[in-house]
Amino acid sequence: MKRAARFVIFYAFLLGLWTLLAELKIWPPYLFPTPWGVGEALYAGFQDHSYWIAIRVSMERVLIGYSISVVLGMILGLGVASSKFLEDTMGGLLVSLQSLPSICWWPLALLWFGLSQNAILFVVVMGSLLSVTLAMEDGRKQMPKIFGMAGRNLGAKGFKLFWYVLLPASLPFIVSGLKQGWAFAWRSLITAEMLYLSLGLGQVLMMGRDLNDMSAVIAVMMLIIAIGYVVDGVVFKGMERMLQQKWGLSSAT
Amino acid sequence: MSANAQNVPAQFPVPVDPLPIDPRIPARPRNSRGSVSPIITPRPERAVSSEIAKVGLNDICLSYRTQSGERLLALDRINLQVKSGEFLCIVGPSGCGKSTLLLLIAGLHPQTSGQVMIDGAPVQGAGTDRIMIFQEHALFPWLTVGQNVEFGMKMKGIAKAERVEKTAYYLRLVHLAKFKDSYIHQLSGGMRQRVAIARALATEPDVLLMDEPFAALDAQTRDLLHDELERIWSETGRTIIFVTHNVREAIRLGDRVALLTFRPGRVKREFPVDLPRPRHLEDPHVARAAREILDELRDEINISLEAEYKEGIKPHVEPGVEA
Repeated sequence: MKRAARFVIFYAFLLGLWTLLAELKIWPPYLFPTPWGVGEALYAGFQDHSYWIAIRVSMERVLIGYSISVVLGMILGLGVASSKFLEDTMGGLLVSLQSLPSICWWPLALLWFGLSQNAILFVVVMGSLLSVTLAMEDGRKQMPKIFGMAGRNLGAKGFKLFWYVLLPASLPFIVSGLKQGWAFAWRSLITAEMLYLSLGLGQVLMMGRDLNDMSAVIAVMMLIIAIGYVVDGVVFKGMERMLQQKWGLSSAT
Repeated sequence: MSANAQNVPAQFPVPVDPLPIDPRIPARPRNSRGSVSPIITPRPERAVSSEIAKVGLNDICLSYRTQSGERLLALDRINLQVKSGEFLCIVGPSGCGKSTLLLLIAGLHPQTSGQVMIDGAPVQGAGTDRIMIFQEHALFPWLTVGQNVEFGMKMKGIAKAERVEKTAYYLRLVHLAKFKDSYIHQLSGGMRQRVAIARALATEPDVLLMDEPFAALDAQTRDLLHDELERIWSETGRTIIFVTHNVREAIRLGDRVALLTFRPGRVKREFPVDLPRPRHLEDPHVARAAREILDELRDEINISLEAEYKEGIKPHVEPGVEA
């Protein structure tokens, strides 16, 4: 109750401040939109389906890109964690590559894939793959070895051992990495979408700028934040809750 | 219990020394029947087979490189023959490699030389004919109790209906049928080890390898689990190799107790235990038998402590065994 009250008061305050600044008309409305202007932009965007389409296109891309990252990242991370050779060779490379902003892959992606969906997916994968890989590597190392032994002892081998034992056993240790990977994937996607006519949320955002429609810009920014927040709250919080319930942990990682 | 203690002398031809001790290392079958001891308390429902050993350890050696780079001999020419249906206990000071020996038998860690034989045939790698029960924390916390018990059968590809039926059977055997849908963290330590026993039995192994399974439990729970394990053993007729540092526990449960030396681990002596079952930890005959083993074990513990003081090495660092 107290938390809800704080929440309401804080956002009411923000909204009030915004309204006040807009009402004072220090800046022209095309530079500093009013809350109801943004509201109208949101309404109009959903009304003519352009936001729905943008959301669908962006979600599709991020789902494909993130899924590729998770699968590849798990294989890579597991490899690095279980092979001394790979750790000595790939390990350092992976860490250093993580300091590269994913959009730096954009020129390369353009040359390789052209102005296409694949170029965007490439950037998304490069953005989130490393987080997932490093998390998986770490999780595999932190996971108590006894689970792997018990699994092998009970007859699990190869893929079955990975799928039924190693993966679930390391899940509490990789869930924060998966979450980080998702955040990177989402950011990389929006960045890449802003660079050409891509139909996604990023492009709708840039269209607002091109039309000098600041209300639309803020509206799309809000959408991007909201989607990121909802996915985090529903998917990852749900996963953490599930782990806590099964493992009896007070916090997952 | 007292009634039982009174019965004991009558069954022993040498009342002064109720524990016949075989000083030969390693022990070999003594008589034509191939049994270690001439006086085995008859157990018709669970007769110890006299044919080829169920588990044969032939000249098992294990050495590994320590972090400082020197080679350390952990196990030195271990020779042990375990008959089908026998309950063998292995005791030794910490650091003698007794837990590691179980890992070798389970095929979860390769030995440096020597051979593990099952029914006279050498085995390589892990197999569901030899199932390990670890000290603790080896149940899968992401699965329910029932799913844990079912796990080995699922890996084997046994049909769902049969799995469900057998899971129910083995959970009933350990008196945990009501907890089928609980998660592991919701159970007490004793219940967890009963789940581990059910999970191991559900794969229908020939041999159960138990690595100090009751060491982390309180005394009362341990007493109860001794009774349960003995009952399950006589009901299922499995061969059990049970590692413990608790000598009384070894006498309480074992048909035979093998004592390992401190690094390198060797079979110092084997002690057949011919006390009638069920035995009790407080039984003076158990205490007496334990006394003899303890005297020898104490020598080994002193050696291990000396090594610890001299070299500053922790004696219980073993390869492949995580805390």
